[in-house]
Amino acid sequence: MKGVFLISACVSVIAVVTICVFLFANGVPAIAKIGPSEFLLGKSWKPLENKFGIFPMIVGSIYVTAGAIIIGVPVGIFCAVFMAKFCPQGLYKILKPAIELLAGIPSIVYGFFGLMVIVPVMQDIFGGSGKSMLTASVLLGIMILPTIIGVAESAVRAVPESYYEGSLALGATSERSVFCAMLPAAKTGIMAGVILGIGRAIGETMAVVMICGNQSVLPNSITSGVRTLTANIVLEMGYAADLHRDALIATAVVLFVFILIINTLFSIIKNNKE
Amino acid sequence: MDYTETAVMPVKSAENQAEGINFRTWKQRLREYKGRPSSLILKLLMLFSAAVTAGVLVLLTGYILIKGIPALIEYFPGIFAWKYTSENVSMTPAVINTVIMTVLSLVMAVPVGIFAAIYLVEYAKRGSKLVKVIRITAETLSGIPSIVYGLFGYILFVITLGLSYSLISGAVTLAVMILPLIIRTTEEALLSVPDSYREGSFGLGAGRLRTVFRIVLPSAVPGILAGVILAIGRIVGESAALIFTAGTYAAVPTHLTDSARTLSVHMYALLSEGLYTGQAHASAVVLLAVVVGINLLSGFIAKKIGNKSC
Repeated sequence: MKGVFLISACVSVIAVVTICVFLFANGVPAIAKIGPSEFLLGKSWKPLENKFGIFPMIVGSIYVTAGAIIIGVPVGIFCAVFMAKFCPQGLYKILKPAIELLAGIPSIVYGFFGLMVIVPVMQDIFGGSGKSMLTASVLLGIMILPTIIGVAESAVRAVPESYYEGSLALGATSERSVFCAMLPAAKTGIMAGVILGIGRAIGETMAVVMICGNQSVLPNSITSGVRTLTANIVLEMGYAADLHRDALIATAVVLFVFILIINTLFSIIKNNKE
Repeated sequence: MDYTETAVMPVKSAENQAEGINFRTWKQRLREYKGRPSSLILKLLMLFSAAVTAGVLVLLTGYILIKGIPALIEYFPGIFAWKYTSENVSMTPAVINTVIMTVLSLVMAVPVGIFAAIYLVEYAKRGSKLVKVIRITAETLSGIPSIVYGLFGYILFVITLGLSYSLISGAVTLAVMILPLIIRTTEEALLSVPDSYREGSFGLGAGRLRTVFRIVLPSAVPGILAGVILAIGRIVGESAALIFTAGTYAAVPTHLTDSARTLSVHMYALLSEGLYTGQAHASAVVLLAVVVGINLLSGFIAKKIGNKSC
C-alpha cells in the first residue's frame, strides 16, 4: 500500500510538470514565431492583421491588480487588526463567518454584482460606459479582502501579547500599541497575505471580464477601459484558431510566469518567517 | 499631556460593578482619546474597514436576494423545466450537470488527495527531499489561476487527447484544481490525531497500514469532510476552468464525452448573451444559496471537531 500512497503523493508533482510542459510547449513556439519583443512589448493586438502584442494586457493586469491592492490592502489590514484585537466576542462570531462567506462566493457572482451594481454607479459618477480600470479595481479590492484579512489576522494574533502590554505600560493608547508595536512584528505575515491577494487579483478572470471594458489598448486614465491577460484569454479562446490560439496560450504562459514569481516570493517570505 | 484626563478609573456604582471592574461608560471611553487624535483616527479607520467588509457582504447578498427571488417567481415553472429551450432558459440541466461534475471530480480527487496526505503525514521521513518537492508543487497548484487550468485542460484533454468539450475533460481539470485543497485539509486533520492513538495501536500489534485505516483515518474524518465540502464549494463556483473544457452545452449529458454546462457556466453564458438578465438573477440566487449552504455545513462540521477535542 505504501507504493499507492507514494504514487498519490506524486500526482501533484506530475500535475505541475504536465501543466508546465503543455503550456510551454504550445506557448513558447508561438512567442518565438511572433518574436519575443513583438509579443511582450507590442502595443497592438489585432488577430485579424496577425498583430499579437500583449503589452496593453500586461499593463492592464498590473494596473488593475495595483488598484485592487490600493483599495483592498488598507481596508483588509485595518479590518484584520480590528478582528484580532478590538472586536467584541459577540461581533466576532458574526464577522468571522461573514468573511468566510465572502471568500466562498463564486467569482461569477461577484462579476454579476459588479456589472449590475458597481458599473451603473461608476456610470453616474464618471460618465461613459462605467466599465473601467477603476470599476475592476474596486471589485477586485473587495474580492481579495477575505484572503488578506485571514492571513493578516492570524499574523497579528501570532505576535506575543507582551509587545502589546509593554507598549501599554509605557503609556501608549491601545490603538497606538497595536499599530506601532504589534504591526511591525507582524509585518512578514501581513506581507505574505498581501502577496496571496496579488496572486488572486492577477489571476481573477470571470469577475474582471464583465466589468473592465476589455478594450485592448493602453489605458490613458483610471476611468478608461482595460483588458487584462485573463480577460484576453476568455474573450477570444472560443473562436481562435492557429497562431491566434497559440498566441492566447502564450498569454497564459505569461500569466503563469507571473504567478510562479508571486508564488516564489510568497514561499521565500514564509520560509524567512520560520 | 493631561494624565488625569486619560487615566480612567472604573466608577464603582452598584450597577457598574455587575458589569465587572473594567466597565467604562461611552463618555469615559471617548475621553480617553482626548489629546490623542491619531488613536481616535486609527480606531475610526478600523471600525470603518470592518463596516465596509460586512457592508459589502450585506449589499451583495441583499441585492441578489431582492432581485433574484422575484425573478425566480416570475419565471417559475419554465426556469425549472426539465429541458432547456431558448424560451424557458431552464437551469435544471445546469443544476444536474453541476451535481454530476462535482461527484466526478470528487471521485478522482478525494482518494488521491487523502492517500497523498497519508503518505506525507504517516509514511514520509521528516525533511526528505521528495516531501519538500511535493509540498512546493502542491502550493504551486493551489496558486495557479483557474483560467490557466482551463487552458491546460483545453490543450491536454480537448485537443491532444481529442475528448472535445466534455464532462470528463472538465471533471479531470477540476480534480487537479481541488487536489491541493484536499491534501492540505487532510494533512491538518491527520496531524491533529494524537500520537497516543497510533502508539496504542502499534502497542496492540497492529501494522502501520491497519493503524492508518482503522485508527487514524476514522478519527480524522470530520476534518477531511470539512475539506471536501470546501472543495465542493470551489467546484460549484468554478466557471473559468470549465468554459473551455466542459463547454457550454445546456442539456443533461448521456455520456462522459458530452459537453455540459454547470450552473456557474450557465450564468456566464446568460450574462454574455446579455438577453436573459432576469434568468441570470434567478440562477445567481440558486448559486448563492448553494454556496451559503455549503459554508454553513462546513462551519458546522468544523465546530463539531472543536467540541470533540475539548
